[in-house]
Amino acid sequence: MILNIQHVTKQYATHKALDDVSMDIPQGSVFGLLGPNGAGKTSLIRIINQITAPDKGEILFMGEKLRQKHIGMIGYLPEERGLYKKMEVGEQALYLAQLKGMSRQEAVLRLRKWFELFELQGWWRKKVEELSKGMQQKVQFIITVLHEPKLLILDEPFTGFDPINANLIKDELIKLRDKGTTIILSTHRMESVEELCSHIALINRSNKILDGAVPDIRKNFKSEKYEIEYKGNGIAFANALWAGFELLSHDPHGDMMRAVIKMGEGAKTNDLLAALIPHVEVHSFKEIVPGMNDIFISLVQESNNLQPSTL
Amino acid sequence: MSTISLIIKREYLTRVRKKSFIIMTILGPILMASLFIVPVLMAKYDDNEVTKVQVIDESGLFKDKLSDSESMQFVMDTISLPVAKTIFDSEKYTAILYIPGNVINNTNSIMLFSSKQANLNLVTSIERTIQKEIETMKLKGHGITQETLEQIKTRVRINTRKLTEAGEEESSAGLTTAVGMIGGLLIYMFIFLYGAQVMRGVIEEKTSRIVEVIISSVRPFQLMMGKIIGIALVGLTQFLLWIVLTIGISSLVTSLFVDKDQLKDQMSQRQSPLGTPLPEGVEDGATEMEAGGVSELMNSMESINFPLLIGAFLFYFLGGYLLYGALFAAIGAAVDGEADTQQFMLPITIPLILSFVVAQSILQNPESKVGFWFSMIPFTSPVVMMVRIPFGVEPWELILSMACLVIGFIFTTWLAGRIYRTGILMYGKKVSWRELGKWLFYKE
Repeated sequence: MILNIQHVTKQYATHKALDDVSMDIPQGSVFGLLGPNGAGKTSLIRIINQITAPDKGEILFMGEKLRQKHIGMIGYLPEERGLYKKMEVGEQALYLAQLKGMSRQEAVLRLRKWFELFELQGWWRKKVEELSKGMQQKVQFIITVLHEPKLLILDEPFTGFDPINANLIKDELIKLRDKGTTIILSTHRMESVEELCSHIALINRSNKILDGAVPDIRKNFKSEKYEIEYKGNGIAFANALWAGFELLSHDPHGDMMRAVIKMGEGAKTNDLLAALIPHVEVHSFKEIVPGMNDIFISLVQESNNLQPSTL
Repeated sequence: MSTISLIIKREYLTRVRKKSFIIMTILGPILMASLFIVPVLMAKYDDNEVTKVQVIDESGLFKDKLSDSESMQFVMDTISLPVAKTIFDSEKYTAILYIPGNVINNTNSIMLFSSKQANLNLVTSIERTIQKEIETMKLKGHGITQETLEQIKTRVRINTRKLTEAGEEESSAGLTTAVGMIGGLLIYMFIFLYGAQVMRGVIEEKTSRIVEVIISSVRPFQLMMGKIIGIALVGLTQFLLWIVLTIGISSLVTSLFVDKDQLKDQMSQRQSPLGTPLPEGVEDGATEMEAGGVSELMNSMESINFPLLIGAFLFYFLGGYLLYGALFAAIGAAVDGEADTQQFMLPITIPLILSFVVAQSILQNPESKVGFWFSMIPFTSPVVMMVRIPFGVEPWELILSMACLVIGFIFTTWLAGRIYRTGILMYGKKVSWRELGKWLFYKE
């Protein structure tokens, strides 16, 4: 574990931002920190960055109590981000790198590599305000990862990028992960969670309501539903099903029929196929896997019902 | 390099490289130097122009009595006024002075004709000359001779001395006033100028959203102090450059265009801001007076304790700036843009303006109770004490005031630090005074 968050509580004057939140972030994982707006994600991220301190609880970084000296090992891309508009790009990147504890010479060397990779050569001496929004975002990303942090915390990293550059960033994140960097990704974009995250935690109204490895969570939320597309007689299809299967929907789809079937207790997919094949021509058969989006929405709604808003 | 020195370096370099800084640094001394130079040059070129006045004296009393001066020539003429008016040649004469026959009894009947509106200097100096002549004539009419008159003429000059433990010191009320006022004014100006820069810098960081990136690397307090110190150094740099350039430019220009004597004349007039400027044409005693003025100025320059003055200036400049700079930083952190600063600016600017108002009353009475208390309160002491120092301040008062200022800026910096660290992370929220009060008691 690179980070252990233990019983963290943060109280602001009028509301509780985090209420006894605990989670463990494994070394080398891409950890999705999910939750609706105002759930407490940013508060937690700021505590990890030591921008604010928790009222209760503590955080361990690689087994040690989180302290000022760990700052150089953490890279943070905030959601509300920006650069000094009137300052030159290169000079600014060097300044921020040095604040993270890098030496000037080393920062120059690494920056040159990154500028080449992101096709920013020639912009070194330009002022930030002369750059396009997308380019500014690239510079900001470079600044975040330049000191090769062990833990990278990204809050909505893909906003402001066109799809091509978003992919560029995604590829770089995968490379960093493969090199052993742990990444905490806070985002609303579920498709990037699906693509990148190995672990997630879901926070709603200051409480953690779910965390774990993505495959485990998927397994828990398995619906045991399957979709079948076939050609043939619909009545014969329905008759072929026996008690172990429940027909949820059954509609024509183009020149084919599409049916959704829920498997009963102990039923096997092969048995289902064996029963159907003599009667209809099966074209496709697939499990309906719940998306992260569905899990997210259903869990948040469920927790809101359990704990009605106290506002 | 430690993080705070990195911040100081950035704040300093980005500002001194700005065009506006360079322009201000060059323009400032030119403006200040021109304050000294222009009057000198004006006097120089004025002298070359001689005003010729045609005099028609029907009374016949002023023949050979109107003496010419460097800048004015009187030409007696016997033609009648209507004729003079019709043949008046503005190329030859600036004006016609008409003195009617009954001038002794009716002193309001004198007329001055000119093609353009006659300038005030000319009118005043003619008035004075004629007035004196008529007075003399009247006195003679009462049987007082020229010699008696010469003996009666008296000129009084008071030489001020300060009694100190070391004995008496020569002093000059005028110079002391000027030095005190300039010191106070400079501090007042610098606090406003550079305090506002601190505020703008904080707002810039907040609105450009870079602040969260930075405070994930350094503590908010370090960022705030780095900014305040960096800008203080910018202020000191500008100030030193101004002094050096002002002295350089004025001495260069004056040595090029003006000879020493005239400069001395100018200085002697300058040193008595409370007295009336000596009008031209009043010749008697003026040169003697001017010579006295210069030597007195030199003497009282020596009497002012410059090391103390400069040391105190630097201390109060820095102390006052730190005190207010921290508050300005707190305002910058609390608002979302420069437009929202108004409601918070007022309570800060009021003590500063008040100190300037008090400073003016202190010039009249440096030892007053008001002066004492305002030079102890840290919010007003930088300006007020600066004004008092040239008049002489008891050492214990100075030390107490300085100690109060140090405690004051430690307090405001602490206060500002607490508002700052909460404020910089609050986006898009209108903040009230109540809210600011709450921030003070937030735990980190």
